[in-house]
Amino acid sequence: MSSAFTPEMWRSIFPEIGLLILAIVLLVFDLIWLKQPQMRARWLGWMTSIGIVLIMGISAGISMPQGQGSVEWGGMLRFDAAGFVFRMIFMSAAALTALFASQFEALKKRGEFYALLLISTLGMNLMASAADLILLFLAIETTSLPLYVMAGFLTRDDRSVEAGIKYFLFGAITSAVMLYGFSLIYGLTGTTQIYELRSAFQAGNLPVGLAELVIVLVLVGFGFKISAAPFHFWAPDVYSGAPTPVAGFLSTASKAAGFAVLLRVLQIAFAGQGSLWTVLIAVLATASMLIGNYLALAQRSIKRLLAYSSIAHAGYILIGVAADSELGTLSVIYYLIAYLVTNLAAFGIVNLIESRVGSDEISALAGLNRRSAGLGLAMLAALLSLGGIPPFAGFFAKLLVFAAAVERGLIWLVLVGVFNAVVGLYYYLNVLKVIYLHPPVEEKEVFPPTPAWRIALWVCLAGILLIGFWFAPWYSLAQAATSAIWIY
Amino acid sequence: MQFPILSALIFTPIVAGIILLFLPAENRVWIRRIALVAATLILLMSFVLYFTYDVSRGGYQFLEEAKWLPQFGIHYKLGIDGISLPLVLLSGLVIFSGVLVSWNVEDRPREFFSFLMFLGASVLGVFCALDLFLLFFFFELAVFPKYLMIVVWGYPKTREYGGMKLTLYLFIGSVIALVGTLAIYFGSGLRTFDLLALEQAGFPAEFQRLWFPFVFLGFAILGGIFPFHSWAPDGHVAAPTAISMLLAGVEMKVGAFAALRVGIQLLPEGAQYWAAAILLLATINVVYGAFIAMVQTDFKYVIGFSSVSHMGLVLIGFATLNRDGLLGAGMQMFSHGVMTALFFAIVGMVYDRAHTREIGALGGLVQKMPWAAVGFIIGGLVSMGMPGFSGFVSEIPVFMGAWQVAPLVAIVAILGILITAAYIFLVVRRVFFGEIPPALDQSVTDISRKDKLVIGMLALVMILLGWFPSLLTRLIEPGVQSILALIGGGR
Repeated sequence: MSSAFTPEMWRSIFPEIGLLILAIVLLVFDLIWLKQPQMRARWLGWMTSIGIVLIMGISAGISMPQGQGSVEWGGMLRFDAAGFVFRMIFMSAAALTALFASQFEALKKRGEFYALLLISTLGMNLMASAADLILLFLAIETTSLPLYVMAGFLTRDDRSVEAGIKYFLFGAITSAVMLYGFSLIYGLTGTTQIYELRSAFQAGNLPVGLAELVIVLVLVGFGFKISAAPFHFWAPDVYSGAPTPVAGFLSTASKAAGFAVLLRVLQIAFAGQGSLWTVLIAVLATASMLIGNYLALAQRSIKRLLAYSSIAHAGYILIGVAADSELGTLSVIYYLIAYLVTNLAAFGIVNLIESRVGSDEISALAGLNRRSAGLGLAMLAALLSLGGIPPFAGFFAKLLVFAAAVERGLIWLVLVGVFNAVVGLYYYLNVLKVIYLHPPVEEKEVFPPTPAWRIALWVCLAGILLIGFWFAPWYSLAQAATSAIWIY
Repeated sequence: MQFPILSALIFTPIVAGIILLFLPAENRVWIRRIALVAATLILLMSFVLYFTYDVSRGGYQFLEEAKWLPQFGIHYKLGIDGISLPLVLLSGLVIFSGVLVSWNVEDRPREFFSFLMFLGASVLGVFCALDLFLLFFFFELAVFPKYLMIVVWGYPKTREYGGMKLTLYLFIGSVIALVGTLAIYFGSGLRTFDLLALEQAGFPAEFQRLWFPFVFLGFAILGGIFPFHSWAPDGHVAAPTAISMLLAGVEMKVGAFAALRVGIQLLPEGAQYWAAAILLLATINVVYGAFIAMVQTDFKYVIGFSSVSHMGLVLIGFATLNRDGLLGAGMQMFSHGVMTALFFAIVGMVYDRAHTREIGALGGLVQKMPWAAVGFIIGGLVSMGMPGFSGFVSEIPVFMGAWQVAPLVAIVAILGILITAAYIFLVVRRVFFGEIPPALDQSVTDISRKDKLVIGMLALVMILLGWFPSLLTRLIEPGVQSILALIGGGR
């Protein structure tokens, strides 16, 4: 390994450099506009979002990895298509969240909120491209620490503070367990480099029992990030307590980051050890689907419902991981893209309703169709996409995940999945019923959302529809990322 | 290049539905006009298809193909054959009638007609799809219009229950069928959803026996197969009139048609293996449905259960796997679709005026609404298989087909028709004849011209078909022949 810097090294971390600079710029403007809260409220969200979009555009131009990818920064970072696609996913989520946040009174004037959002996104970017367990751990912490603060951002709101602390405690414990797993890995193999670990494991000098233990320990940490059962207990409280845009970000970008890591570690470091972890993942998937869906049935708060539904969706996505095949990986990535736009739209609408009606009960949505037909339709699209109904994004995503499992003969898992999809549809339809059938809380109510919020929602809706029937571009993206992970 | 008429057929309602959503809600006149224009276009196009389909050539015609996601073997591929063409025509008739009978919808007509159009697009799409994925896509597209239309515009007392029950039953069916569909996709080794290619895939017998129940039952749940039929009466009764017509008239055929096209045509050996079981279930459908219909006190439930009974005849026809049975099933799908649409239209007209559907509270309506009474009697005659009406020419071949494989089934099913005759006469006598209750004497008025047009049109179709069955058999016959070729090829 040479110590000289090559252009490739800088290209491989361009998006992260960009995000860091953007965060600093935002903090500077936050100071410049110290006495002008309305300027901050109006521009900070836009600056964050446009800045991220610019970074995404430039990255697509100059730091698109070629071919199979390479290992940079002394074996720390993998510069490949998988990292690139996941970075795009995280940054899109961050850009949309920044716009949605402009509808949230307590967030929109706070420059540090946007800076935290950017730092957390930076951490996710590193998670997706980390090729070394040390960097991976640092990246996970860089992601999580800002998220803890963001979840507890409303310091005068007990529920938000509770969410922040709960999220932090859960995160700290699972991180510790995962780190213990990492240390065992190092102790057993003498390396922390994911790509070298693969050969160390394949040499077969590791007792099966120990390897299994290591995998379980590591999965505790990853399971927490993707909110899979039985590591899901934080999710409902954090989602309902945290500021709504933060909950949306947690349920999409943070989950996607967890899956990025899960895919890379399991399918590179533990490639060929599939027999050790596929069953484990299938069990996690089953538990997540069952717990998520059945507990969602009883929820009265829409945010808690979405939290449990997000646990269930972690379960569906895990089916794709359990398939341990190229199609499985592809389906996971496609699902994450579809879930991103869908859930951000759902949380965005809940955010708006909450700020108008002042409640996150499902009954606050009553008569939404009469109050604003457009919002009713938008919520319809989001809910049906979550339920997996065409022509919305969730349909093809679910189909791909199930297809991956059928291909590998995991029929029992698919049957569990499809019956859970039925249960899921039940509670999504119940919400839809409230929107369309129940009389409105107040007869006529206007919703003047901010332009930023409006644009973010339109982007999400366009995504839900386009991903739902114009499959080719997203499929190609997912395919590119998949072939970067499946290099062996 | 040929005009892509099938795409035009499917996208007319989709475009109309989207345009409707963007209209201002107060603009009732234009909302109804656009819906009517779209429905008329669909009807006209389905007639054009009917008259330009080349019977002598047979097979799939009006083919269209475009790449959709070739990496995954998904193509946008359309085409119709002699089995699906009558069903396209049926959809055209029922969508058109559905728009007319819903002319005076008060509550949110924009959403109502828009969702109606999406439902129409879904059924037309299933009938025209020649790609398994596309078929499934359109099949599932119906989920939200069905649910929302029942729940929002349905019968207030049961709509939430009926709508949810119907949607979940059908969704369970479709996800089971999805598992089977994916198994077919991977099992073929072709990595394509192209139905024509999959027909030739030659699946091993073991595979066919294992997966046939998944796809056939999964889709046949929407066809109302016993013991998964109970969504049908509850759902139909809870739905608003136009949706009852579409659900019972067309959607149930969508289920039966998909079971035929995916189940029997792709897995013919599986069909042969399971034929006896289907025959048994379908016979129960016929007799059980008829008996339950007999004891209903709610006018609409009578028709709801009669649909279960009549769809049993379609499934018997499928399960015979011979020429007569399949021909009869094809005819019965069309005939029952028109008949039940007419029934539900008339039930809706009666309910709108009398505000009750209790058979005991009705009576003597022939004095007030003679058109409805005559229409109902014609529907009844069709339903009991009276010669001169379409029911006769579709039920007789089913019985003939059943006789060849299991005479007992034919006998039992004919008994079922006797019961049908009994409950139809009972309803006709109690609702349309006898003393008119004084309360109704005041309130009930005659039906509108649009309603009469619907009744006249649907009744005329059934009578024409009764006298000239070759109007449809000439189409269905070649369709049946190609299915028989697949079954023969499977041996």
